[in-house]
Amino acid sequence: MSGLGALFLRDIRIAIRIGGGAMIGVLFFMLVVTLMPFAIGPDLALLTRIGPAILWLGALLASLLALDRLLAADQEDGSLDLLTMGNAPLELAVGVKALAHWLTTALPLVIAAPLLALFLNLDGAATGAVAATLLVGTPALTFIGLIGAALTVTLRRGGLLLPVLILPLAVPVLIFGVAASNAAVVGPVTFGTPFTILCALTLMSLVVGPFAAAAALRAGQE
Amino acid sequence: MALIDLANPTRFLSLTGRILPWLAAATALVFAYGFWLTAGAPDDYQQGATVKIMFLHVPSAWLAMFGWVVMSIAALGTLVWRHPLADMAAKAAAPIGAAFTLICLITGSLWGRPMWGTYWVWDARLTSVFVLFLMYLGVIALWRTIDDPTRAGRAAAILTLVGAINIPIIKFSVDWWNTLHQPASVVKMSGPAIHPTILLPLLVMAIAFTLLFITLHLAAMRNEILKRRIRSMHMMQAEAAPGR
Repeated sequence: MSGLGALFLRDIRIAIRIGGGAMIGVLFFMLVVTLMPFAIGPDLALLTRIGPAILWLGALLASLLALDRLLAADQEDGSLDLLTMGNAPLELAVGVKALAHWLTTALPLVIAAPLLALFLNLDGAATGAVAATLLVGTPALTFIGLIGAALTVTLRRGGLLLPVLILPLAVPVLIFGVAASNAAVVGPVTFGTPFTILCALTLMSLVVGPFAAAAALRAGQE
Repeated sequence: MALIDLANPTRFLSLTGRILPWLAAATALVFAYGFWLTAGAPDDYQQGATVKIMFLHVPSAWLAMFGWVVMSIAALGTLVWRHPLADMAAKAAAPIGAAFTLICLITGSLWGRPMWGTYWVWDARLTSVFVLFLMYLGVIALWRTIDDPTRAGRAAAILTLVGAINIPIIKFSVDWWNTLHQPASVVKMSGPAIHPTILLPLLVMAIAFTLLFITLHLAAMRNEILKRRIRSMHMMQAEAAPGR
């Protein structure tokens, strides 16, 4: 287990020290949110209504941007081969890597979301709902993305194929994330119903993601 | 004859070579019968003649999902049993399934224009079928991106199985989210809710479409086997080339 712990710490250290990955993601998120009023118009009432959807889309795109690097750097320097041959099960190893990736790229987005909600004129309840759904939903995005990253890691143009493979699978997460946020503000249903389904989707991706990704890596290495 | 007997591609080629003409003829016959029944089916009291779009729309919707199920079973064959033909079955099914999904979407929107007043709404069933179409395109893109067929087969198999989680969501979307698309009316616990004069042509057309799918699928698998033989012949030729 200490090997997995070391891997976890290593990935977090690399993410913090090199490249400023987390900040780039937040910056991109901020840019997406800034572009929306230019495209839609500065109508604050309208922005309030579609604010949760904008924040979710921004977070989805920002987490997609970082996925490319989840396994690619390790593939380039050969440490992915070491992980594949190591003592720890590959499923756990990629799971740990995805967890570290979530902590360093997706969690900053969740923390930045309430601040960006101010730009979109969201009130306290809506802001809290968006932050809660993002906190619960982004692990699903990361772990679904893990599958795509593992499938495309050995491909030359993998970065281009990754969103094509991943976005259809991420649609349910987006639907229920936005549905729960909207339900907290206006919706006919209670916040709990879609939020519970969102939790279920995340738990399912936590199970399916590492197994599918490990299988994809083994298939790709041969 | 067990499934494993077909593992030999040569045997598969000779067997399907004998079966295919009969299958194609049967497909044509059932289609002819289906069109004849369709022409004789009465117009709906509300929808008029446009209800006949259903005879194309519903079977292709069934086959859109059936295609992914075929691919999922083939994916299991690739990953679990390493059946040599499973790869080719999965690869051959993807474009056919994508085509039926597209037919379903197009006929659906042509039917939706007079009935609902719009070509497209973001309703649960429509959206999930559209997502299915995108998933088909993703799998086809993955097949085309990886050169080595066996590696491409495994990668596509994993993606197919992960995507298979979406199929029950599509099937039950009309029952879970009660939006514009009508709920299931043929396959349900209390029996079909359609009058026999319309149900019979629908079922015959469904059989015809399924036969068409099987015919196209077997033919595409044969093409895939031949294509791989040519590929390995090229490889051998390149290796044997003098003056390297």
